[in-house]
Amino acid sequence: MSEPVDPLSQGTPALRLHRQLSAIWATGSGLQRLAAVNHSVIGMRMMITSFAFFAIAGVLGMLTRVQLATPNSPFMTSETYNQVFTMHGSMMLFLFAIPMVESFAVYLTPKVLGARDFAFPRLTAYGYWCYLFGGTILTVALVAGAAPNSGWFMYTPLSSNVFTPDINSDVWLLGVTFVEISALSLAIEIVVSILKMRAPGMSLDRMPIFAWYILVTAMMMIVAFPPLILGSILLEVERAFGLPFFDPTRGGDALLWQHLFWLFGHPDVYIIFLPMAGVLSTIIPVFARRPLVGYRAIVVAIIALAFLSFGIWVHHMFTVGIPHLALAFFSAGSAIVAVPTAVQVFAWLATLAHGRPRWDVPMLYVFGFFFIFVMGGLTGVMLAMVPFDWQAHDTYFVVAHMHYVVAGALAFPMLAAFYYWMPLLTGRTAVHRLSVPAFWLVFIGFNMTFFMMHLTGLRGMPRRIYTYSGDEGWNWLNLLSSIGGFVMTIGFALVVIDLFVQLRYGKRVRRNPWDSTTLEWAMPIPPAPYAFASIPDFGTTRTDSTVPNDLTLSLARGEGYLGFARNGWQETLGVHKTSGVPDQLIVLPSPTYLPLYTALLTAAAVLAMLFKFYLLSLGFALVTACLFVLAGQSAGLPRDYGPLPVGRGVSVPPHTEVADAPAWLALICALVADGTLFTSLLFGTFYLWISAPNWTAAVAPEPSRTLAIGAVAALAVAAATSRGSLRAATAGSGASGWIGLTLLALLAAIAAAVGQIADIVPHPREHALGATAAALIGYVILHGGIGLLFLFSNTLRLRAGFISPRRVLDLRLTRLWLDYTCVTGAIALGLVLALPALVTVVGARP
Amino acid sequence: MLTGASVLFVLVITLFLLVIWRPGWGAGVSPGRWLVLGGLVLPGIVLIPLVAYALIAGESLLPSPGHTPPRIEAVARQWTWTFHYPDHGGVETRNVLHMPAGTPIDILVSSQDVIHAFWIPRFAGKIDAVPGHVNRLRIQADRPGRYAGQCNEFCGLGHAGMRFDVVVDRPEEFSAALARAAAAEGSEKK
Repeated sequence: MSEPVDPLSQGTPALRLHRQLSAIWATGSGLQRLAAVNHSVIGMRMMITSFAFFAIAGVLGMLTRVQLATPNSPFMTSETYNQVFTMHGSMMLFLFAIPMVESFAVYLTPKVLGARDFAFPRLTAYGYWCYLFGGTILTVALVAGAAPNSGWFMYTPLSSNVFTPDINSDVWLLGVTFVEISALSLAIEIVVSILKMRAPGMSLDRMPIFAWYILVTAMMMIVAFPPLILGSILLEVERAFGLPFFDPTRGGDALLWQHLFWLFGHPDVYIIFLPMAGVLSTIIPVFARRPLVGYRAIVVAIIALAFLSFGIWVHHMFTVGIPHLALAFFSAGSAIVAVPTAVQVFAWLATLAHGRPRWDVPMLYVFGFFFIFVMGGLTGVMLAMVPFDWQAHDTYFVVAHMHYVVAGALAFPMLAAFYYWMPLLTGRTAVHRLSVPAFWLVFIGFNMTFFMMHLTGLRGMPRRIYTYSGDEGWNWLNLLSSIGGFVMTIGFALVVIDLFVQLRYGKRVRRNPWDSTTLEWAMPIPPAPYAFASIPDFGTTRTDSTVPNDLTLSLARGEGYLGFARNGWQETLGVHKTSGVPDQLIVLPSPTYLPLYTALLTAAAVLAMLFKFYLLSLGFALVTACLFVLAGQSAGLPRDYGPLPVGRGVSVPPHTEVADAPAWLALICALVADGTLFTSLLFGTFYLWISAPNWTAAVAPEPSRTLAIGAVAALAVAAATSRGSLRAATAGSGASGWIGLTLLALLAAIAAAVGQIADIVPHPREHALGATAAALIGYVILHGGIGLLFLFSNTLRLRAGFISPRRVLDLRLTRLWLDYTCVTGAIALGLVLALPALVTVVGARP
Repeated sequence: MLTGASVLFVLVITLFLLVIWRPGWGAGVSPGRWLVLGGLVLPGIVLIPLVAYALIAGESLLPSPGHTPPRIEAVARQWTWTFHYPDHGGVETRNVLHMPAGTPIDILVSSQDVIHAFWIPRFAGKIDAVPGHVNRLRIQADRPGRYAGQCNEFCGLGHAGMRFDVVVDRPEEFSAALARAAAAEGSEKK
C-alpha cells in the first residue's frame, strides 16, 4: 500500500489532500509495520495468513486421501492419521474459514459503508495477532507430533485426561480458544462499526446488502462463540484441575460437551456461509447489470436464518439417545432452514432472469457455487430426516455433505470474490487463459473427490477410520476420491499462480471495471490508508444505485465530509444507528505496538497454561489485563471541544462528548457475549442436574447463606456507588471518594465469594455438583476482578484529565459493568444457594 | 428421496443456466413471484410431506410402550463389543452378536469408557454408546445369515478395527446356537 499511482490525484487540490491525509493515516515502513492498526493492512494480512493455514490444512487433507486411496495402506499409523484428520478439520474451520470471512469483513466493510476505518483499530490489530499466535501454537504442535487427536469436535470423555493424558487436547482447547478471542473481539468491532460508522444519510434499510450479511454474521458470532469458549474453559479446567464437568463417573455428563459444542458448531456453518452469500448478493447484481431483486426479502431471510440456526444444533446429535418428540422438533426445524435459503437462491435467479447477464471469471465461480451448494443443501435435507440420519450419521455421506455445504459454499464464492476485488488492488483483471482452466480443475476435482464420498458412505464406510480391509466394496470409490483430491489441489495451485500473474501481467483496466455500484470502487487504486479523502453523502440516493465513477473525483477533491486534515487526527464520522444522521466525530488512535505486546503477553499466558505453569500463567494474564488498562489511557481527548465542523456546514461533537459513543455500544455487545456465556453456564448446571448419571450419590451441599447474601449486597452497593461517582463527575465535583467506596464494596464482595469457594461441599474435585458451584462462584469473582480494573482505569483517567462533566463515558461504562456483575452475581449465588433444594428434588428422579 | 433430490437439483441448475444463456427468459415472471414460488411454495411442497413421512418411518425404529421385544445388551469398551443376553440366562459373547431372524430385538447400548456407536449397516439405524447412559435401538433381521457391524463414533486408536460379527439364526435354532457359541467362548477363556 505505498503511494497510489493514480491519475486522479494529479489534480492539485486532490493531490494536496492526499498528501496531508496519507501523512496522518499511513502505517510506517520497516519494523513499524508491526505497529499497524489500519483495517486495510490488517485485513490483507489476515487474508494472507488464513490462506496460508488453508494451504497447510489442504496438505493435511491430501495426506488423508493418500492414506485412504488404497486398503491396508502402510503410509500412516493410526496415531498419525488421528492427528492429521483432527488438525485438517480444526485448521480448516478455526484457522481458515472463520478468519477468512472475517478478513473479508475487515478489509471491505468500512469501504463499502463509506467509513475510513473500523471503530477500534487497536482491537483489530490485537485480534489479528491473537489469531496468528494461536494458529502458530497449533501448527507447531502438529510439527512436534503433539497435535490434537480426538477429532475436530473433541468429544469427551475421549478428549479428557483419562483417555488423552498428554498435551494434545490442551493444545486444541487453549489454541482454539485463543483464536476465538480474536474472532469474538473482531465480531464486536464489526457490529459497532456497521451500526455507528456509515456514510451520512445511509440509513440501515438502505445499507448495501453486503453490510447486512456481515452485520448479521457478526451478531451471530457474538452469541455463538461463548458456548464453545465456556465448554473449552470447563474442559480445560477438568483436565488441569480435576473438576469433573464431563466425567460421568463423578456426576458430569459427556453429552454436555456435545450440546455446548454444537450450540456453537451449527451456527458456525451459517457464520461461514452468510458472508459468502453476501459476496454473491454483491457480485450477481453487478454481472446481471440490474439491482438485486428482493433486498428486503433477503434481509428478512438472513435474519430468520440466523435465528433458526441457533435452534437446530441437536441435529448433529440425532444418535445420542434423544427423546422422540425432541427429535421430531429438531428434524422439522432443520428442514425449515431450507426456506430462507431457497428465498436467497431464487432472489439471485430472479436477479439474473431480469437482468442482462454477462460472463466473466467471477460468474464462473458463481456457477460452481450454485451447482455445489444446491447439491449440499439437498443432502442436508435428507440428513435432517431422522431415519435417514440414523443410517448415514458419521459415515462418509456426512463427510461429503459437509464438504459440499461448508467447503464448496465457502471456496467458490471466496474465489469469485478474489477475482472480483483483485482489480481494486491491482488495477488489472485476470488472465483468462489461466483462470478458466483453473476453475474447471477445482470444480471437477471437487466433485470427483466429494461426490464419491456420498457413495462410499451409503456403502457403509464410517468416517475417521485410518484403514479398511479392501473387501467392503469401497476400493475404487476411495481411489477416485483421492485422484479427485489431487486434481483439485492442482486447480488451487493454478488459482494462486493466476492471482500472482495478475499482479504483474494482468490486463490493465479502468477504475471500477465491472461497473459495480458500491462505494469501495469510489477510491484510489490501490485503496489509500485513509480510504476516502472525503466521505460522501447519501441524503436521498439509493445506496445500491451509486455510480462510483462520478463520485470518485469529487470525493478525492475533498467535496464530501471531512475533506481536510485537522490536528493530525485520524477522523471519521459517527452516525445515528438507524437513520444515518451524523452525530459525532470519531477520532481514531494512531499506529502503536501496544496490540502486539498485549497479544504476545496473552500468548505467554496461554503457553504457560499449556505447559502447566499455572501461577506463571495467572501472572501473565494479570499483566495482559494491565496492558488493556494502559491502552485505555491513550484513548479519547484530554479536553472538551464542543461541536466541531465536519464539512458541508455540519458540526458535531467528538465521540468523547456524546452518549452514544462506539465504546458504549461495544460494551453492550461484549455483555451480550458474556451473558450468553453465563446463560450457557446456567444451562450446563441445570443440564447436569437433570440428566447426568451418578448425580444422586452426592453429599448434600451446605452453602453459607451469610457469605452469599453478603456478596450480593456488596455488589449492589458497588453498583449504587458507581452511580454516585457518575453524578459527581457530571456535576463537576470530585468523583474519587465515590470510586473509593465502590472499590471497598467490590473488594468485600470478592472476599465473600472467595470465602465461599473455599468450603464447597462436595469438594469440587469429587463431584460435578461442587464443580458447578465453584464455576458459578468463580464467574462472580472474575467479574468482580474485572470491575476492579475498571475502577483502576477510572482513577488514572480522572487524574490525567480525560474525564470532565461532558466526558463521563468512562464512568458510564463502569456503571454498566457493575450493574451486570450485580445481576449475574445475584443469579449465580442464588443458584448456589438453591442447589441443596435442587439435589433433594433430584433424589426423586427415576 | 434420491429421485426427488435429483429432480430438484436438475431444476435449479437448469433455471440457472436458462436465465444466463437465454437473457429475458425468466423476465416474464415478476421478481416477487420468483421469490414466492421458489422460496416458499417449492420448499413447502417438498418439505411438508417429507417431514411427515420421516416422522412416521422414525416411529417404527423406536421402542413403543406396552410391547417389549427380547432384549440384548451391547457394552462397548476400547475396542471391543460385549453382548449380554438377559433373556437367556445372562450368557455373554464377545465381538459376535447372535440374534434370531424375523423378530424385532431391542439392543440396549452402553459404554464403559468413551463414546462409541452401535451400527450394523445392513440393518436400519444406529445409536451411540454413551458412558453413564443406556440407549435403546430396535432392529430386526429378516433373513438368517452373517452380517458385519462396526463402531461408528470415533473412539481413539483402535476405532477402525472395532468391528463385530452378527450371526442371525432361524428363530427355532437361536437358543441352541447362542448356548453353543457362549460355551465355546467360555472354554476358550479357560
